Amino acid sequence: MDVFWEFIIVMKSDTITAVATGMVDSGIAIIRISGEDAIQIADKIYESKSGKSCFREFSSHTIHYGYIVDKSNGQRSIIDEVMVSLMKAPNSYTAEDTVEINCHGGILMTKRILETVIRNGARLAEPGEFTKRAFLNGRIDLSKAEAVMDIIHAKNNLALKNSVNQLKGSVFDFIQKLRNDILYEIAYIESALDDPEHISLEGYREKLLEKTDNILGSLKKWMDSFDNGKILKEGIRTVIVGKPNVGKSSFLNLFTGEEKAIVTDIAGTTRDVLEESVYLNGIHLNMVDTAGIRQTTDKVEEIGVGKARKYADEADLILYVIDASVSLDENDYDIMEMISDKKFIILFNKTDLEHCITEDMVKREFLLRIPDGFLSDFPLIRTSVKENKGMDRLEEMIKDMFFHGDISYDNEAIITNVRHKEAIMDAYESMLQVKVSIENDMPEDFYSIDLMSSYASLGKIIGEEVGEDLINEIFSKFCMGK
Amino acid sequence: MAVEVKVREKVDVCVIGAGHAGCEAALACARLGMETVIFTVSIDSIALMPCNPNIGGSSKGHLVREVDALGGEMGKVIDRTFIQSKMLNRSKGPAVHSLRAQADKAEYSRTMRKVLENQDNITIKQAEICEILTENRKITGVKTFTGSVYECKAVILCTGTYLKARCLCGEAITYTGPNGLQAANYLTDSLKDLGIEIRRFKTGTPARMDKRTIDFSKMEEQFGDERVIPFSFSTNPEDVQIDQVSCWLTYTNAETHKIIRENLDRSPIYAGVIEGTGPRYCPSIEDKVVKFADKERHQVFIEPEGLYTNEMYVGGMSSSLPEDVQIAMYRTVPGLENCKIVRNAYAIEYDCINAKQLYPTLEFKDIKGLFSAGQLNGSSGYEEAAAQGLVAGINAALLIKGREQIILDRSEAYIGVLIDDLVTKDNFEPYRMMTSRAEYRLLLRQDNADLRLREKGYRVGLISEKDYEATLIKKKMINEEMKRLKNLMVGASKNVQKFLSLKGSSELKTATSMAELMCRPELSYDILSEIDTDRVPLPEDVIEQVEIEIKYEGYISRQLKQVSQFKKMENKKIPENLDYHDVKSLRLEARQKLMDRKPVSIGQASRISGVSPADISVLLIYLEHFKKDN
Repeated sequence: MDVFWEFIIVMKSDTITAVATGMVDSGIAIIRISGEDAIQIADKIYESKSGKSCFREFSSHTIHYGYIVDKSNGQRSIIDEVMVSLMKAPNSYTAEDTVEINCHGGILMTKRILETVIRNGARLAEPGEFTKRAFLNGRIDLSKAEAVMDIIHAKNNLALKNSVNQLKGSVFDFIQKLRNDILYEIAYIESALDDPEHISLEGYREKLLEKTDNILGSLKKWMDSFDNGKILKEGIRTVIVGKPNVGKSSFLNLFTGEEKAIVTDIAGTTRDVLEESVYLNGIHLNMVDTAGIRQTTDKVEEIGVGKARKYADEADLILYVIDASVSLDENDYDIMEMISDKKFIILFNKTDLEHCITEDMVKREFLLRIPDGFLSDFPLIRTSVKENKGMDRLEEMIKDMFFHGDISYDNEAIITNVRHKEAIMDAYESMLQVKVSIENDMPEDFYSIDLMSSYASLGKIIGEEVGEDLINEIFSKFCMGK
Repeated sequence: MAVEVKVREKVDVCVIGAGHAGCEAALACARLGMETVIFTVSIDSIALMPCNPNIGGSSKGHLVREVDALGGEMGKVIDRTFIQSKMLNRSKGPAVHSLRAQADKAEYSRTMRKVLENQDNITIKQAEICEILTENRKITGVKTFTGSVYECKAVILCTGTYLKARCLCGEAITYTGPNGLQAANYLTDSLKDLGIEIRRFKTGTPARMDKRTIDFSKMEEQFGDERVIPFSFSTNPEDVQIDQVSCWLTYTNAETHKIIRENLDRSPIYAGVIEGTGPRYCPSIEDKVVKFADKERHQVFIEPEGLYTNEMYVGGMSSSLPEDVQIAMYRTVPGLENCKIVRNAYAIEYDCINAKQLYPTLEFKDIKGLFSAGQLNGSSGYEEAAAQGLVAGINAALLIKGREQIILDRSEAYIGVLIDDLVTKDNFEPYRMMTSRAEYRLLLRQDNADLRLREKGYRVGLISEKDYEATLIKKKMINEEMKRLKNLMVGASKNVQKFLSLKGSSELKTATSMAELMCRPELSYDILSEIDTDRVPLPEDVIEQVEIEIKYEGYISRQLKQVSQFKKMENKKIPENLDYHDVKSLRLEARQKLMDRKPVSIGQASRISGVSPADISVLLIYLEHFKKDN
């Protein structure tokens, strides 16, 4: 039950890693590894030009040119060309063996290297942990450390908020359901152990084996989805909304430079959502094209519209596309209402066609739908996708918003995701152990030990401790006692 | 209370209450050389078992064994007074095997009383204690209802369910303790005056029947084990092979449930007359019928209360319904159609403390020399009480001797889990031990309690040199045999292959150790004797340990790893005088909880609900700094 404390308990001895430069789309990124195994990990993932690596023998404070190589799945593939610097204990920031990998920036690249480091034995550092170690090892004084304490707190809260935010909806439900399933099985076993004369475990093995296989299947599917990025979407969540056929998908294509979205002049073509990574002046946008929002009787389209609303609700920034050649209607008012409390930019599109509405009309309607009827500035840009007009202005405006802090994306997002992955893998391992125990015909009380580990690992993802869950489940689901 | 004090005595320790906690506490103190007085409202109720006639059971059996390994009395007394014994969960893993014995209740009480009466340094005194005397938050003595004062250095509160107790049987309420015994109505106020937080819990017991009015032919007979295993590590196993009596199993039915449902409004719990919180693991039959409405029947165990009585305990049907409903309800159960009730079922309400006010030594945090054990701490059960009584007794004696007190942690004993849960977590109901509460239960088995704890008991002074020696020899034999089995290589000879295929085990491809062969589910130490010819005969209990340690090595070593992480946190002690106001960056909720609980270690702090990992980080950093400064 103490899995939750692992991070802290092993604080002083294990090896930690993090992206020291932050998850931004810069030219160069630094990944720092600190702890007992830092050198060993470096040897496992680094190769010099001649294919060798021997950091143990290299002198401290030297820098080495070579490659980071991924050797998982029995294959060898070069991830990046890097410079690796070595600082041996105690002459480093943390006073532990420290290795820093200078790699080419870019979020995906950095993330791959970070994952490789973790796979080879490091764990992701807690916010402020390098500094915490520096303090505990006597490298910095208390005044600095106190500042760090505040950061630890702020960041922990932020990280938790982020991870919970990210996990709203289906993923959260998915984890909760798995956890509930697992908890029920533990409670069943435990109540039978506690009160063997009331509750029998006859024929339970087969049942649990089937359950275990199902849970393993679900976890596996989810682990795989991490790699093809279905869940992992970092960046500023930018959602394009608008009525059908106003040119939303054309915008996405313009941004990505690819024909990802199918564009036709038939209203309602985009029935699901499309997500793409877009880089604007080094700012990473996770851009989502949604189905046009309108009242519809088409079942499939209706689902798409529902999703569009959901995405809009969770967006950091909304691009609201309006067709200047068509008059405003109920659907527009509906959208305005929906986004009135969000950061948004209105794209007054199809300005190449004959206008049917004016910018002022849009503004007037909008103000009617804002709670206090006032907006300090009204971000609207005249665009024409067809003539590629207004895109410069749009880039400019997004950049301004970003640097003024009006919109932001969290560095933690990706971190949280790597942590989720670790936790899922732990949960998976524990379930495998349950299966092994069943197949080896171990007594039932052994199953609940690993089921509990799995339950605790999944709880880490959604920030929940184990606490009295089991005892409560036992008493609420099973009738026992004298 | 301005009565002139006429009688004034001077002793070392006063134990208030002579139930299962009080007896262990007094015996431990006296055996450690303390002049001890044990007070009870009725000498005839020493070590009374007012509810079920069993000692042990799932996880409670572990507690009894641990009490025994530390030098307590409960295991020895039940070994002499049981009338049926069973090892529960035999088909499951060794960690959850649990001994449970049916006691001859009267004999149990009598035997424990005899032990007390013949123990040097103990005086038994029939008196109600009304006041705890202190000076500068330090114990100075106690005062009886008749005005006598006993000066002492430590007081151990073991008041069970007697404080301001009242019993409820439907509309009828009597202001007594269990079995109509006199309640203790004054002590609560004295405790409150000392600033101790009091709360109210409730529990209940079923009716007792006249054996002659029960038709056992309609029930299933439940026998004891053929070979009985004693509780105490000091009992000779041959001494417990006695003629056993049977228990009987029957069931409630739709008619029973109908009667209960129709009369719920007359149950004091459902009518809201009871204010105390009852235990969920020990629900009344009313509760079972209401909460598990889809269950068509509930088990009912009919158990003898002793050899020299016709009273039978009706396990599974505790109740606080009125007498007439009880009669009607019980008589619907097959075999009980003509039953006559000897004692009615009842619920009992009593005052207890919130145990978060205690250190894990069971001493009050802010009253030096005042200890508390048993049901008063919000636990339930004879075994839970005995375990706490023993620890409180040991620590009171160690305190007076100026020695370091003992704390068992969660990785050492179920007793450690029990006390840590009581003093650290928020408990809202009478607490009962369960194996699922012990996160390292693979290590905390009932079969190895002696190996785990006898050394501690010896160091404290409750385990004799002879018993300790025996444990050391046992340990040595286990280690040597395990080493031998791990080093003994078995080649793929014809003889061996034939043996393996005969036993339904796959043949060897390469040479392997005897220990590895033992890990195969189909093979055991006993079976392997055929190909392990150099073996020297070893005692049963040594073989048992060797077999468990080898067969479950993978799981056990994983738990050991977790324990070493756990220990790191437990060993980071928090100074008693730490001012949490000085620890910046603690969240308000965490600060309040920590100030309130004053945890002794980072480990304990981490188990307080409302203290987050981030708070623990902050605390760790602060403590490092604190250490450097001092």
